Amino acid sequence: MKKIFGRPDSLTDFPYPYCSGCGHGIVQRLVGEAMDDLGIVGRAIGVTSAGCSVRNWKQFACDMTMGLHGRGPAVATGLKRTAPECIIFTYQGDGDLAAIGTGEIVHAAARCERITVIYVNNAVFGATGGQQAPTTLLGQKTTSFPGGRDPRTGGYPLRMAEMLAGVSPESFIARVSIHDVKHINQAAKAIRRSFEVQLNDEGFALVECLSMCPTQWKVSPLDAVKWIEKNMIPYYPLGEFTTPKGN
Amino acid sequence: MRGNEAIAEGAIRAGCRFYAGYPITPQNELFEYMAKRLPQAGGIFLQCESEVAGINMIWGAACTGTRAMTSSSGPGISLMSEGLTTLAAGQLPCVVVDVTRAGPGLGRIAPAQSDYRQVTKGGGHGDYRAIVLGPASTQEMAELVALAFHLGDLYRNPVIILMDGMLGQMMEPVDFDLVKPLPVPDKPWALRGKGDGPRKMIYAAPFDDPGLIQLNQELTEKYRQIEEREQRWEEILLDGAKLVVLAFGSAARVALDAVQVARAEGLPVGMIRPITLWPFPQKGLAKLRQTAKAFLDVEMNAGQMQEDLERVVGPDFPIYHLGQGGGKIIYPDEVYEEITRLFQIADCGLRI
Repeated sequence: MKKIFGRPDSLTDFPYPYCSGCGHGIVQRLVGEAMDDLGIVGRAIGVTSAGCSVRNWKQFACDMTMGLHGRGPAVATGLKRTAPECIIFTYQGDGDLAAIGTGEIVHAAARCERITVIYVNNAVFGATGGQQAPTTLLGQKTTSFPGGRDPRTGGYPLRMAEMLAGVSPESFIARVSIHDVKHINQAAKAIRRSFEVQLNDEGFALVECLSMCPTQWKVSPLDAVKWIEKNMIPYYPLGEFTTPKGN
Repeated sequence: MRGNEAIAEGAIRAGCRFYAGYPITPQNELFEYMAKRLPQAGGIFLQCESEVAGINMIWGAACTGTRAMTSSSGPGISLMSEGLTTLAAGQLPCVVVDVTRAGPGLGRIAPAQSDYRQVTKGGGHGDYRAIVLGPASTQEMAELVALAFHLGDLYRNPVIILMDGMLGQMMEPVDFDLVKPLPVPDKPWALRGKGDGPRKMIYAAPFDDPGLIQLNQELTEKYRQIEEREQRWEEILLDGAKLVVLAFGSAARVALDAVQVARAEGLPVGMIRPITLWPFPQKGLAKLRQTAKAFLDVEMNAGQMQEDLERVVGPDFPIYHLGQGGGKIIYPDEVYEEITRLFQIADCGLRI
């Protein structure tokens, strides 16, 4: 019998610890599929970050290490510069990358470090209980701004992909969503491309993945899918913001 | 050669192949020497966007088995604290040079030894230790930076070299041929991609019970071994000494002059100079309880190392302190005067 569907070899069989309807499982699977397709699991080193995805070193089947909260791109820089033959990726949430880690991601992008950043944006601090993230939408209610995000007290949501595209001339920077099959297929292509850019030494690569967090959005998994379409995509437009020159 | 340059050249000769640094006085010559020389030696120099990023780049470089170093001064070392405790938890070797400036706070660039407590007791959170070496001459800097990389690899632990603005700027001849070559161990734990083998992981957060409890037990045992095996100190004119001067780094250079003059004049004074600040040379100091009547602690701070001495010799043993922080340099005359004064007063049992 021909096997037509299974777990990517680049993922372990360690169970996902995520809530029902969480998007992390989909994004991790897409990363695993990209590593399988490109045959790079043997020379990949992943960097986890603080947040819900902190334990995904158990789920990726390649060499793994960790970054302190927000420091993944600095760790990845140290790895890539001393082991240029390896394929280095970070896996960071929006609290990690867009709040405490803004310094590291901006300068890694500006140096056009040959690393791949998988950036999962679910518009909230998930692991710590649903506080406002830099990416929380205006009016969105969180535990730290129970009346909803007001720009006068809580600032405006950060569009990281656009911001980083502005500082990284040699780069592939895209925003995708994983809320339905069509968009998952587009996301798969972008994630694969983000590893190819590193393999071909074309530049820095970052894919921002809009992702569901039904638990902290206080909606059902199905409504979370609609929530992305209705609330997130209008503020966070999908597409490629930079592509390496010559392509 | 300047002290800051001797550390940098010594590091490259000891196999350092990754350096990430951020400008801060009074360590800039070290950083700039690395910028020029490290790429020539086939290494990677990076000017990082902050000390926070720098110490985390060191994590990445250390993960691949590369000998990695960063340097800074007090404010930057404070910013590195989270990274340092994490390197200790992840059992990753690295060398961090602290060219201390006067604090507290932003302070100023004048020499001081007021980071002693910070680097020997932690700085970062959690039960961890960093090995701390305190060179007192440019030649010794070249030797201790080689030792620092060796001990870091041997124990898989961060090693800090505690300097100060005076040592960093001081110019002295250095003979690198006198530096003993030390073996570089294999690093089977390093991450270079798993290839066809089993995957490896380096992390500092074993969440699942009893992972973190076991890690703490393992670290405690490692630190006990380091305390047992690695205490280093220099004994100067201790034979028959009733008063023992305790000083490290540049304060030891200053105090040495005073001790030699006083001894030549017949005063029974000697000196002990810690080379490892952690592990503190308890073995060398404990035995002096039998022969010495009093200690004079000379430091360019408010008496931080004195607390460690008190722990070794007991709270009742007479200990006097000379020196302060804030950028006040100690001169040999002041130390000499304090030595002669102590021999004149009755209650320290030194009156001849």
